[in-house]
Amino acid sequence: MQRALKLLLLVLAVVLLPACAEPTPPSVIVWHHYRGKEQEALEKVARAFEAETGATVALLALPYDGYGAKLEAAIPRGNGPDVFLSPHERLGTYLANKLVTPAGGAFPDEDLARYEAASVDAITDGGTRWAVPLATKCVALYLATKYVQTPPETLEELLTAGRAAGKGVVPLAYEAHSAYFHAPFLHAYGGKLFDGKGFAMVGPEAERAAARVAELSRAHDIPEEPSGDLVKQMFTSGGAAAAISGPWLAADLPPEVRYTVVPLPRIDGAGRMRPYLTVDGAFLTPQGASKERARALVRYLGSDASAKVRAAEGKQVVANRAVWGEIDDPVLSAFHEAGTLAVPMPASVAMRATWVPAEQALRKILRGDATPAAALAEAKARYDDVMRPPPPPPSPVPVVLLMGVLLLAGAIFAVRRVREPSFRRELAASVPAYKYVAHAVVTVFVLVVLPLLAGTATSFFAGTRDEPRYVGLTHYIEILTARGQPLLSHGSFYLTLLVTVGWTLVNVVAHVGIGLVLGTILSRPLMRMRAVYRVLLVVPWAVPSYVTALAWKGMFHRQFGAVNAILAAVGVEPVSWFSQFSTAFTANVATNVWLGFPFMMVVVLGALTSIPKDVLEAAEVDGATRFQAFRLVTLPLLKPTLLPAVVLGSVWTFNMFNVVFLVSGGEPDGTTDILVSEAYRWAFARNAQYGYAAAYAVIIFGLLALASRVTSGVGKERGGAK
Amino acid sequence: MSRARTQRVESIAAHAVLLVAVIYALYPLLWVVSLALSPEGQSEPRAVPWPSSPSLDNFRAVTGWGDAARSWLFVRQLSNSLVVSLATAFTAVVIATPTAYALARWDFVGKNGGMRTLLMTQMFPGVASAVPLYLILDALHLLDTRSGLVLVYAATAVPFAIFQLRGAFLAIPVDLEEAAMVDGATRAQAFLKVALPAARPAIAVTSLFAFMSAWNEFILAATFLGRESAYTLPVVLQRYVGEYNTQWGAFAAGAIVVSVPVMALFYVAQRQLLSGLTAGGVKG
Repeated sequence: MQRALKLLLLVLAVVLLPACAEPTPPSVIVWHHYRGKEQEALEKVARAFEAETGATVALLALPYDGYGAKLEAAIPRGNGPDVFLSPHERLGTYLANKLVTPAGGAFPDEDLARYEAASVDAITDGGTRWAVPLATKCVALYLATKYVQTPPETLEELLTAGRAAGKGVVPLAYEAHSAYFHAPFLHAYGGKLFDGKGFAMVGPEAERAAARVAELSRAHDIPEEPSGDLVKQMFTSGGAAAAISGPWLAADLPPEVRYTVVPLPRIDGAGRMRPYLTVDGAFLTPQGASKERARALVRYLGSDASAKVRAAEGKQVVANRAVWGEIDDPVLSAFHEAGTLAVPMPASVAMRATWVPAEQALRKILRGDATPAAALAEAKARYDDVMRPPPPPPSPVPVVLLMGVLLLAGAIFAVRRVREPSFRRELAASVPAYKYVAHAVVTVFVLVVLPLLAGTATSFFAGTRDEPRYVGLTHYIEILTARGQPLLSHGSFYLTLLVTVGWTLVNVVAHVGIGLVLGTILSRPLMRMRAVYRVLLVVPWAVPSYVTALAWKGMFHRQFGAVNAILAAVGVEPVSWFSQFSTAFTANVATNVWLGFPFMMVVVLGALTSIPKDVLEAAEVDGATRFQAFRLVTLPLLKPTLLPAVVLGSVWTFNMFNVVFLVSGGEPDGTTDILVSEAYRWAFARNAQYGYAAAYAVIIFGLLALASRVTSGVGKERGGAK
Repeated sequence: MSRARTQRVESIAAHAVLLVAVIYALYPLLWVVSLALSPEGQSEPRAVPWPSSPSLDNFRAVTGWGDAARSWLFVRQLSNSLVVSLATAFTAVVIATPTAYALARWDFVGKNGGMRTLLMTQMFPGVASAVPLYLILDALHLLDTRSGLVLVYAATAVPFAIFQLRGAFLAIPVDLEEAAMVDGATRAQAFLKVALPAARPAIAVTSLFAFMSAWNEFILAATFLGRESAYTLPVVLQRYVGEYNTQWGAFAAGAIVVSVPVMALFYVAQRQLLSGLTAGGVKG
């Protein structure tokens, strides 16, 4: 025990060591999400600024996933940076949450001539400039030199040249299902994704654009189910004559690939394909705006000196006009030219909710499941439904009254119990037990229960975190009435619930079944290579699931996936896994079973070792067969340890968001989404309706709590051995 | 059929089942390995993936090979991950074990309610608990510290740990402890010297679980940590996922690097896992 105590002290000492304090606090803190060359160039620019002004600049590189969440959490609390870099299309969110201040002195009028007009437009909102534009990003056309030598004027010319490249070569590779990559087609036909108020990808222009792309897909001019990674791979390996992609592709191509980049062509009978333009800006936070050096740094980041470094070394398409005369990089110049033809992406919050419905419609059209007109009208309806403004705030009196009554009832009940003498005796007898549980109660309450209560509270509100509006039980009513649609209509709460229940059952049965079989075999005393098997079988648990889930997704690819390759070897037609509910669901289940069985196996292994061997020997002496012994002796003895794992495993599977999100992504058409992915969509893809998402979470919680009462829960079983 | 023959058939069947399971477990990982070994991070689609020109470039890039400052940073981040995950496992078990023991051995006021609450905490999807947690850590002045991260991870792992350990204590005959107390041991001694050693396999499983939950987490770590030298490895890995594209080669290489310590740990922990019976204490 003393050893354990010493170890505890040692670990605590290491952990609690004060976070090695910086010697002097830096004068400016900058957060960014740049990587690779862009990051190196940014660091170099920051060092140059330090040398020039004597300031110290601390740069913090953050993962892009969770970048926005971190800004939203840190800046209002004064823990954020002075300056942060971000694409301009999030400006609407930043404004709504008051994370940014006008660029002001960092971007005086005299600097206006420095920057491309489109970049300045992008970071301007309501006549105020909110950032200094650093670099632009948009897509352009990559041409493989060995197939296409002269830049095509039109899409049709490109396709002709591409088709001549031979068998096994796709004329044009791009992410056709993504609304971002579809935008150039849409713009060529005069359509729009967003009109300043709402979803605008409807009407004859949008339909023609979608129909043209569906035609490309049917003629196999574009690959099936193309992910960004597949596009890169096809272009690198010579499997595509051309690709639509951004500057990031150039950074990833190996030197032996010969290519040119040109702006996107025109489409016959329509206009030029104009992509969306995003502008990386340097934003000042409220905290940074008061610092002269932060303002100076932001201005410096846009300057000629900085732009030269960022263009030459970071390969950025800089928004500073002055340096373009000196740049002789053909790829950068092509993107610069493409940028002048591009459409700045709208930065409003409502714009960000257009992507998912547009993508669902595109996928449907590309699969041939719906006509463009029908699919787009449906997308518009879905967008409008999601963005429906919350009803006027009801009076909070009923809810407050209800809570008051509940509290009062609870208090009366508590007082009456305390007055009973028998209860006092029980309480006195409980004191020794409390000494064993007090610390756990405190920890779990503060770090688990409190955040959950806070989450519950948000479900009664709508609007931004900064200006919440009380809406009472509206969210709950909306969810439980399927938003006024038929109860089992597409994406309704009840349909999703059915899918979720099925998902949980199938997964848990498979997890426990496989876990039991493997655990039992692996605990056979005479088994050879037990140790090796055990380690190999926990590998799925050990590798971060983010990458393995995507490996699984790749295995289910229609054209290039391993599963179809194996099926083809035994003479089965290739399956388009993500185009039907049943197959997409199967793909999700295969992945999740793979991820989850090692855990169950380890639990079974641990539980089996606690079973005294003499019990089993006794059973054998009594003439029980192996199976009887397992069923009548082993299984009941496993129960106390296995049951909590099964109950909690079911709960976790019920809320297993990652696999669904990464493998099927809800495909086809959101049907494989489970309740928690629906909640996630409300929080992150639909106008940041955290309140609605929280209401979903509370309902999920209620359902599970109900289910655990109905089936005898973990709390019910009594005593294992004796 | 003779007994020896039955055993042989059984043994062959067992190996066959295990082999199938191992193939299922490892096949998707071939892609991850192949991605990690492909110089540009693209694995060609084949039934048995193998890069046409394998190279260790991605591993060099991830670990900062050849660049002293960067590899030093990587080592620091690796040690952050190890320290945080080990401390999480330790803290979670220390918090959970006495509680689990009390829940298994005694009836007390509030026991059922408490257990129900514990179970319920697992039912709440954590879609939006990052912000409240941020506020709590801020109030406790534990933001941007490893202790704060460890506390949050451990608290998240505690409910499962309590259930798992309670099950283990329930399976341990209470006679042993009673016998010890007849011999003059106090309740605490009975717990520490008799019940605890007997629960070792369950404690090993529980620690492994808590370790894993901390080892792969990146959202909370990225939200709470404010210095690159304090990052844990999952945060570093997540940096390869960009706005427009993901550096899969480097990500896969990093994922492999990250999973090696876990496998090593599991290999070591196996002994603990299987020692429940041989630990003489159980026999009293």
